[in-house]
Amino acid sequence: MSDSKIQENLQKEDAYYVNMGPQHPSTHGVLRLRVGLQGEKVIHVEPHCGYIHRGIEKMCEKDTYSQIIHLTDRLDYLSANTNNEAVCLLVENALGIEVPERVKIIRTILDELTRLASHQLWWSVMGMDLGALTTFFYGLRDREKILDIFEESTGGRLLPSFNTPGGFMHDIHPNFVPRTKEFLAYFKKKLPEYNRLLTGNVIFQQRTKGIGILSKEDAIAYGVTGPSGRASGFACDVRKHHPYSAYGMVDFKEILYTEGDSFYRYVARMDEMWESMKIIEQLIDRIEDGPYTAKMKPIIKLPAGEYYQRVETTRGEFGVFVISTGDKTPYRMKFRSPNFANLSALDYMSRGFKIADMVAIMSSLDLVIPDIDR
Amino acid sequence: MAIDIYDFTGMTSAIHESLSAVLSPAATTIVEMTIIGIVFILFYALVGLFLVYAERKVCAFIQCRLGPRRVGPRGIFQTIADFIKLLMKELLMTKNADKFLFNLAPFIVIIASFMAIGAMPFAKGLHALDFDIGILYVLAVSGIGVIGILLAGWSSNNKYSLIGALRSGAQIVSYELSVGMALMTIIIFAGSMQLSEIVASQANGWWLFKGHIPAIIAFVIFMIASTAETNRGPFDLAEAESELVAGFHTEYSGIKFAFFFLAEYMNMFVVAAFGATVFLGAWMPFHISEMIPYAEYFNMGMDFIPGFIWFFGKTGMLILLMMWFKWTFPRLRIDQLLTLEWKYLLPINLVNIVITAFFVLTGFHF
Repeated sequence: MSDSKIQENLQKEDAYYVNMGPQHPSTHGVLRLRVGLQGEKVIHVEPHCGYIHRGIEKMCEKDTYSQIIHLTDRLDYLSANTNNEAVCLLVENALGIEVPERVKIIRTILDELTRLASHQLWWSVMGMDLGALTTFFYGLRDREKILDIFEESTGGRLLPSFNTPGGFMHDIHPNFVPRTKEFLAYFKKKLPEYNRLLTGNVIFQQRTKGIGILSKEDAIAYGVTGPSGRASGFACDVRKHHPYSAYGMVDFKEILYTEGDSFYRYVARMDEMWESMKIIEQLIDRIEDGPYTAKMKPIIKLPAGEYYQRVETTRGEFGVFVISTGDKTPYRMKFRSPNFANLSALDYMSRGFKIADMVAIMSSLDLVIPDIDR
Repeated sequence: MAIDIYDFTGMTSAIHESLSAVLSPAATTIVEMTIIGIVFILFYALVGLFLVYAERKVCAFIQCRLGPRRVGPRGIFQTIADFIKLLMKELLMTKNADKFLFNLAPFIVIIASFMAIGAMPFAKGLHALDFDIGILYVLAVSGIGVIGILLAGWSSNNKYSLIGALRSGAQIVSYELSVGMALMTIIIFAGSMQLSEIVASQANGWWLFKGHIPAIIAFVIFMIASTAETNRGPFDLAEAESELVAGFHTEYSGIKFAFFFLAEYMNMFVVAAFGATVFLGAWMPFHISEMIPYAEYFNMGMDFIPGFIWFFGKTGMLILLMMWFKWTFPRLRIDQLLTLEWKYLLPINLVNIVITAFFVLTGFHF
């Protein structure tokens, strides 16, 4: 063993171990982190997954493609609509079906609304993790408006399962367009309020600037995608580089920073909210009347082969990999979940920082635990 | 000068005389102490319950919520209902916890805040303990509370509790210095450590205004340091719930938890009342300078507001300020907390004391 390795092991031996989780306020779910401490300093972090493992990938092998959509909701429940879309796109591309443009546009708008809702919740809990409890209620207050739009059009607030291969379950509600516009006007006034409450705060900046630095090389090596990766300079926005649905039709910026610390991960998400609103604004008037779904066969069978489809969820690149034997159910289904990759960088990023910083780093990664365990 | 229509001295001496007429001097003292004790326990419970309710309403207001509103009109009995619930809950204890210390800790914390309240000048003539070293006494007894917190963390046999207790120890011991130094400014101005004399010295103007620059600096430092000393946000590292679950009182349940909870609010009351006494003249009405026209009529009008209303009004304002801090700011990290104290507050404080002494010598204050 090399000297540094021995040193590390010695440090590990007399570390003071604290179990954060499976029930802990800052892990936001049933993630267990075994944290080795020396005083307040974090020596290393061992994430222990599996507390919410439901065997979704195995369950998918028994289900038809339309049924699988309902399981993908339960992965990253805050990007449920985007996860649905990934499976739908995979099936459509495999069968070579061209969906109506109306569907593409509505899908994109729903994606961006999901992203906004998710970022609002992330902002709420990020403040709460750092001890500013008021942010939680501000964020949830505004998120409610998006969930209402979802409820009206899709029937589900958190888990819509609205997408089906080829289009949607049913048509959107006539109120969808006016309410979305109403929300955009409302949220444009509220987002600067977020900045006034938290971003500009001296304590908040001290708590996050220079904390948990992840370089571009490490971000790529760990596969950290989404706003967390882009804050390190890793241009990984699937929407930009491999456009799907209506992303090719709109003009938006890929938010890139090079600092890669907790504060810039925060700023990247805040900026992304503005970009999301920009995308919705460009598309909301382009919804034309027409069918809400392409014509599909009642039983979908993918031709034998391997398929992969990726989408950009709120937290990063979400991939669906399917091996089909030509049956109506997949032979093997694998999800590439962004949170699992993002979590893997936590140990590397937290070393040497204080235990309170680890909480800040974790909330700046915006982990959703069911997505990690699947 | 304040007029004496709200003077409680007459009432208290009448009670004293009627008691000494029928009882021996020793028995009189015992009866009087019992009465004062009962009054303070009732006061303690009432203020504690009210503060919990007030905090819930204030934080609800800040967070765009309504807060408790089901139990009683506007939810005023909510805290009483909570208290009854806590009384009925099971008292749990971790394995291998140090039973004696575990049970002792909440009492130390609550007794410390209880003792400090005794020295507060609530109104003219309503002042239970008036030593010539009043300020020192309050600082000393409120410092005992940290022992309770350390014991709670140590005896719980829980890692979160221990980290919370150690943080709290470092924090309170550090910030005690700043509180003491900030009070030093006013001690220099007033020339006394006796609380009643400090109050009397503010008859024609509160020290916050009379002492201008040094007093304002001292007041700001006092507010920061006392918020830290009561373990309240943004300095609530000892119970930082996103890191340490509940810090030093993680393992406490039922009424023992309620003791910690109540003590936190009473500590807040103590420091706010103390700040109000030292910087804002306790029960002294707001007076303006005689040089301003019609000032005497204004001052007379202010004198008609009873002293205890002034006292509780000022205390309430400071408590509101501390609640506002808590519900607005994120939490500091432990090293930032100590940096703030040792690198900023303490040096500023020391310089401020020198400036104060200079001002007093040259008579540069009002």
